[in-house]
Amino acid sequence: MDVTLSVRRFDPEAERPAPYFQEYQLELDDSAMLLDGLIKIREEIDGTLALRCSCRSAICGSCAMRVNGRARLACNTKIADVATADNGAVVVEPAGNMEVLKDLVTDFGPFWEKVRAVEPWLQPEGPEPEQEYLAPNEDMLHLAGVMSCIMCGACVSDCTVLAVDPNFLGPAALAKAYRFVGDPRDDADAHRLGDLNEYGGVWDCTRCMQCVEVCPKGVDPMERIMSLRDKAMEAGHTKSYGARHAEALTASVEHHGRVDEAKLPILSKGRFNVVEQLRMVPLGVRALLAGKMPPLFPKKNPGQESVRRIFEKVEKRQ
Amino acid sequence: MRYAYYPGCVSRGACPELFSATEQVCKALGIELELEAMRSASCTGSGILQEKNLRLGDTLNARNLALAERTGLPLLTICSTCQGVMSQANKRLRGDEAYLAEINADLAEEGLEYKGTADPKHLLWVLVEDVGLDKLRSLVVRPLEGFKAAPFYGCYLVRPSSALDFDDHPERQDALERVIEAVGAEVIDFPGKTLCCGFPIIMSNEANALKMVARHTSDAQELGADAMVTPCPLCHLNLDGYQPQASGIAKKPIELPILHLPQMIGLALGIDPGAMRLNRHMTSTKKLLSELVLTP
Repeated sequence: MDVTLSVRRFDPEAERPAPYFQEYQLELDDSAMLLDGLIKIREEIDGTLALRCSCRSAICGSCAMRVNGRARLACNTKIADVATADNGAVVVEPAGNMEVLKDLVTDFGPFWEKVRAVEPWLQPEGPEPEQEYLAPNEDMLHLAGVMSCIMCGACVSDCTVLAVDPNFLGPAALAKAYRFVGDPRDDADAHRLGDLNEYGGVWDCTRCMQCVEVCPKGVDPMERIMSLRDKAMEAGHTKSYGARHAEALTASVEHHGRVDEAKLPILSKGRFNVVEQLRMVPLGVRALLAGKMPPLFPKKNPGQESVRRIFEKVEKRQ
Repeated sequence: MRYAYYPGCVSRGACPELFSATEQVCKALGIELELEAMRSASCTGSGILQEKNLRLGDTLNARNLALAERTGLPLLTICSTCQGVMSQANKRLRGDEAYLAEINADLAEEGLEYKGTADPKHLLWVLVEDVGLDKLRSLVVRPLEGFKAAPFYGCYLVRPSSALDFDDHPERQDALERVIEAVGAEVIDFPGKTLCCGFPIIMSNEANALKMVARHTSDAQELGADAMVTPCPLCHLNLDGYQPQASGIAKKPIELPILHLPQMIGLALGIDPGAMRLNRHMTSTKKLLSELVLTP
């Protein structure tokens, strides 16, 4: 198989450091992985190409990079699967949302700082047991997925929030936080959930599912973030705009069978939050003038009673 | 072609123009919409209710799918978020018989049962898979030549791909670009087309949401787009409603009309722009329509 890899290069020691693309023509076996191609370049064509790799088995998490614009592990990406039918170049770039150190090597410093920030260690209370801390199997099963995380940074690379706000803890660190909040042996939920409820925490996720899509290990970081939101609300953190929004939307579906768009922003910001309510006025006026103001009293949904009964039944059982 | 029609909350709230445009376009394409049987359908929960209670979300969606199933018609949606949330629920329901049986036990008292046969389809997919691009092309009376349209999908219509049947329907991945071409317009490809518009965090982190609006609208505008076209009314609300703030963030004027998918198709089918309420957007479409010689 003949392939062209178009690799984004960057040399910080160049006279005028600037990223550029370099094309490499390769002849590879049909079953070759992208990493095979990159190693071949480094060993046979251009020894200056910098990349991180180690296990070649999707375990060490070293070789996450963007392939045709999407984060993947180079070692478990078959070139044949990403090469276009018309033999166009496969575009290989360093992971996103991280500073590029050289070529495909990025700075994982902020990544690890955020993982450390969620205190990724067990914090049990009470006297230390004589032997190990015990946990029933069934209570640990839901953590199996999140424990599969290999910290490759693919989710961080393609996170749409980190693209605009480096303060966000990000999917990897938040998935790690869930791993401890959900651990029956851990007793630090109160302060963990309190911290995660702050700016940069669980409520800043957009639910865009990029992390779910690109995670090579099925960790589903976004689903963990949603579980953390639920746990935070259950723990009494109900005053954030995000929590209020979730509460108001759910109540709206329960009572009207639909989203009550006119009241949702008011309830999300807090009925008596005068400053925020006033800030929304210009938008409201523009919406009104455009004929896009949602009805103040939404039409009655004929299925309203049925929906309400379902709410009662399902919620009561839980 | 007849479909059980699920218009969603927003097309009957903040985006009435989407509702009218869909009705007109479907009529012109020979698509009959059965709304009456779906009137008692509820909101899908839009992924937010699911944060609090996934089981409840799945039960509500099973109820909606059962209502559609009862009509014996395929189900049509017009919102990326409705479509995605329904597809995800449908995957869980169809993939686990025991789970479906439990959910059906709750639906039984409502006189409903979901057999697992509903296959909700967004209008965008219906255009490509059921109507067909050739037929769409043949119905175009006013090719949108010279119109440069930037596609914007909405997260739920692209991810997670496992719930959206991309394996069986690879054409869904670039359906929007193909439809833009089919009506004679030019696709302005840009990196943000499958990313988040910021709407889900407009309440919880407005600053970040507005940065997303600024990035996508200014990127598309810089690449020469005359407008953005989206199959998601929530993306429309965010991208259309916050351009004054986005201009401030991007430090340059942004004025990019955000068209709903059926509005663009309607223009090519010769439908009056006023009838599709193109004059009722927050970001004016006046200049765009006059350039296309389509002033309402």
